[in-house]
Amino acid sequence: MTVTETVAPPGRGERGRVLAAFLRSRSGVAGAVLLAVVVLAALLAPVLAPYSPGAVHFETPFQLPRTVGFPLGTDDLGRDVLSRILFGARASLQVGLLAVALAVLVGTPLGLAAGWWRAADVVVSRLTDLTLAFPFLIIAVGLAAISGASLAGAAVALGVAQVPTMIRVVRAETLRLREREFVLAARAMDASGPRVLLTHVLPNAASSVIVQATVIMPVAVIGEALLSFLGLGIQPPDPSLGIMLSDAQQYLYRAPWAAVFPGVAIVLICLAFNLVGDALRDALAPGARR
Amino acid sequence: MGRYLAVRFGQGLVTLVLASMVVFAGVRALPGDPALALAGEEATPETVAAIRARLGLDGSLVEQYLRFLGSALTGDLGESTRTGTPVTELIATTLPVTGWLSLYAIVVAVVAGMAAGTLAAVYRGRGADLAVSGLSLVSLSVPNFWLGLLAILYLAVGLGLFPASGYVAVGEDPLRALWHLTLPALILGTGLAAIVMRQTRASMVDTLTADFVRTARAKGVSRGAVVVRHALRNSLLVVLTIVGLQLGGLVSGAVVTERIFGLPGFGKLTLDSVFTRDYPVIQGVVLVVTLAYIVINLVVDVLYSVIDPRVRVAGRSQ
Amino acid sequence: MSALLELRGLRVGYADERGAVTEVLHGVDLTVDRGEKVAVVGGSGSGKSTAAAAALGLLPGGGRVTGGQVRYDGEDLTAAGEARWRALRGARIGLVPQDPMSNLNPVHRVGAQIAEALTAHGLARGRAARDRAVELMAEAGIPDPARRSRQYPHEFSGGMRQRVLIAMALAAEPDLLLADEPTSALDVTVQRRILDHLAGLTEARGTAMLLITHDLALAAERADRVVVMHEGRVVETGPAGRILTAPADDYTRRLVAAAPAIGGGTRAAPAPAAPEPVLVVDGLVREFRVRGSRERVRAVDDVSFTVDAGTTTALVGESGSGKTTTARIVLGLDRPTAGTVRVGGTDPFRSSRRERAAVRRAMQPVFQDPYGSLDPTSSVARIVDEPLRVLRVGDAASRRERVTELLDAVALPAATASRRPDELSGGQRQRVAIARALAARPGLVVCDEAVSALDVLVQDQILELLTGLQRDLGVSLLFITHDLAVVGQVAHRVVVLRAGRVAEQGPVDQVVGAPAADYTRELLAAIPGGG
Repeated sequence: MTVTETVAPPGRGERGRVLAAFLRSRSGVAGAVLLAVVVLAALLAPVLAPYSPGAVHFETPFQLPRTVGFPLGTDDLGRDVLSRILFGARASLQVGLLAVALAVLVGTPLGLAAGWWRAADVVVSRLTDLTLAFPFLIIAVGLAAISGASLAGAAVALGVAQVPTMIRVVRAETLRLREREFVLAARAMDASGPRVLLTHVLPNAASSVIVQATVIMPVAVIGEALLSFLGLGIQPPDPSLGIMLSDAQQYLYRAPWAAVFPGVAIVLICLAFNLVGDALRDALAPGARR
Repeated sequence: MGRYLAVRFGQGLVTLVLASMVVFAGVRALPGDPALALAGEEATPETVAAIRARLGLDGSLVEQYLRFLGSALTGDLGESTRTGTPVTELIATTLPVTGWLSLYAIVVAVVAGMAAGTLAAVYRGRGADLAVSGLSLVSLSVPNFWLGLLAILYLAVGLGLFPASGYVAVGEDPLRALWHLTLPALILGTGLAAIVMRQTRASMVDTLTADFVRTARAKGVSRGAVVVRHALRNSLLVVLTIVGLQLGGLVSGAVVTERIFGLPGFGKLTLDSVFTRDYPVIQGVVLVVTLAYIVINLVVDVLYSVIDPRVRVAGRSQ
Repeated sequence: MSALLELRGLRVGYADERGAVTEVLHGVDLTVDRGEKVAVVGGSGSGKSTAAAAALGLLPGGGRVTGGQVRYDGEDLTAAGEARWRALRGARIGLVPQDPMSNLNPVHRVGAQIAEALTAHGLARGRAARDRAVELMAEAGIPDPARRSRQYPHEFSGGMRQRVLIAMALAAEPDLLLADEPTSALDVTVQRRILDHLAGLTEARGTAMLLITHDLALAAERADRVVVMHEGRVVETGPAGRILTAPADDYTRRLVAAAPAIGGGTRAAPAPAAPEPVLVVDGLVREFRVRGSRERVRAVDDVSFTVDAGTTTALVGESGSGKTTTARIVLGLDRPTAGTVRVGGTDPFRSSRRERAAVRRAMQPVFQDPYGSLDPTSSVARIVDEPLRVLRVGDAASRRERVTELLDAVALPAATASRRPDELSGGQRQRVAIARALAARPGLVVCDEAVSALDVLVQDQILELLTGLQRDLGVSLLFITHDLAVVGQVAHRVVVLRAGRVAEQGPVDQVVGAPAADYTRELLAAIPGGG
């Protein structure tokens, strides 16, 4: 028996190819850099912030940005806007990560089950419809009414509201993969449903889950700001970008900077995730691989 | 087609019943006894029992639920514990404000989003695409209530282009009403427009590289005609689904937009009821939002089967 | 008089996003005269479809002409603008595309899509265009055209959709028809009817045709002249008869030699003297409920056959014959409505879990699509030893040893073990799939269209591998295919299925050599270059 085709030299592997495709996207690289800056700033907030987020300086309210000691100015109580933004961003990322974790941990198994077993699909799609019928604000309203507004409550409301989309994504992937021949081959070996889901479906669906997580993250960050703005999320005196905006609304004309900078911070955080997510989606698309 | 819609209708009904149970259970899970709260500390047990009966809080939970469902079906959602106004009346006066605002925002978002998405897909990879795609990515990253604050600060107050607050009923003076709703609708529609744009672009790019588009061009059909006749219709399906699904986000957005622009809408009613623990109102509000979501998605399903002949056989794939 | 279509030293390259250009056509010369039928033959990656796209000015994505000329009726179109091309497309050059499923817009009525070919060139409008579309459908052989023109593509079968596409291509009476693999997605009997019809229509109109195909026999049968392409170059051009009988180029010679043909002799090992059945299928029935109604259809209707140890039984049939459903039931991926499957004496659907595991171990599949049958996230080693892990055979060390052994058996270097599927070619992937099937030393391998997606030369090698493995290991094969020509080379027994029922079965010499059923004869006659 002769080999008529030679095996190509070892490639960089799947991960290498995706990384290369990602690095080729300029917006993706920009997003990754921005993301690193945002995450570092939030992590190092206690080190970077000139003041504690709650520190009031009654003698210096409404300081303009670029005032000595207060690079981004102060609010009505003389609190340093920069320090509050750094700690607020930390809280935003916390809520975002919790919401994403909830959506991934609940949505992925439900999506896999719904795509694989018909009976599970019937139950899961009714639950999905039910959840979708409640906007995240309504869920947050309910949670706030029952157990009081809090960071955890906001994260749960935002996470629960994102579970249906995660289920939808994973279910669609499972449906696509279940008729693929490598899954049929595994079933012909009498491999059990959970085994096939774990060894074949989940690894192939993982990239879609990651991309969806980058979509959820900015939605959750904005959602946290919105809930806190309305008084349904993080409660003062804990720092939050949403609370800063809500405070600033009261003296909007007196100190517009107190409303502008926290908003810019939210935009930067979300933009970082959106840029990375977009570039990742393109890099993972089949066209970029071959 | 009839069968498919019947199935969807049945599913909607199931969702609605489940939702009503969730709402009912959620309200019962609230801490504190509203009857006690309402009666005051010095009330006799008889007074409390009377208030309890008036609020529909006597009897077993199943009884209470069935009674709640029964009166909800006849349009009786109870009375506000704060003002005594029937909940149905509160909803009837506030819903049109939010309805017009949302409709305005959807129209703006769909028109702008589809136009921009088409532009980006047709000029894929070139300047127009990069500009539009970049703008949509930024729009997705901006919290719309912050944008609202900036708009009030700079466009309404600073430049005096729009009224900063206030509301005129559409029935009274349609033009002035439109004028007052323009800025809030633009702000509310921003996020949706970005999503519509991205979906339109993606589906359009897919369609424009589809085999049947190449075949149409091989017939001698021009690029422009291909976009209009072949690609746009397919994209409309995607946009329809998006609008249906994004309704929840839109409602949340409307609540905060109304708060910023001082509109006496449904969102304001929701927030007020939460902060005053006016739970017949909370209950009614949630039911109405759920009902709206289910009805609108049913309408989307009907439209879907009108636009896409395949659905009449197989059903909308999700 | 100049040629109708002429490609002169045509070079085409594709630019990637960084602007680097990869050339895929390296100076192609090709002419089609008025009324002439020319066929371009080549494997995947030969550049035959790119040449056709260039002739329509419809190169996809980053494709562009980097050298040479495209000339039509004496006019150089290399630098022609979109407006000029649009005037030619449809009106002077018609296209019959490959896949009838994806080439019609699903949301428009069929009649309107045909009429569009007329309205685009201002040849007819409104009612007149719609009426002409109905006439064209009738000419293309679509029954009840007035009613069917108001239907949507999903209401048509594959063959009927292809007829719609032909009606569309001929609507504006072009001088040249580009037919890009027009029937490769269709059953052979449908293919024959449609090509006959197409030949009649072009004959009557005096239309020239450029037929793009991977099938040498089909090309020789349908064209006056054959152009053989390989890796972006024309390697040989000549009259159809001469190319088949006396190929001058080495590649063409290999292509001719590898093409399976009826009466080309068998390469199967002789069957053992004492037949001992490994698989017995008896009275198999599978019913499906029609969506949205209470009606039931029988996809498989009373099918019985056996596979003897060390031999190959082929299940042959067209789409809708029930051959895939039968294979799925045999593999345990679906349950029968009635009837029995016995593997080595046990019925997996009526036995304990342990017995069923033994059955699964005794039987493994090889599927059609070399790109879909291997998990892209696993290494080759993990793919090949998966059956051993699922069935808990041996320990890590013995499994590693077995993988090396198996890769050797399918003639892949041991280094392949650490590779991912997307680093391998289609043929190599199919070898990996075969190695996986053999891992647990099954008595029976079920090949579901295992060579159908491969180029002729690769298909030839895989068939050689399968028959070689049967000779060496004594493994039995259930070989499911639509291609009777391949059957003649590898099978000992043949079962011909039609609409869920067995039309005929028996030893290969009898079924292929002296068929008893009309349907088998029809199938044989439909094979290009055959009967």
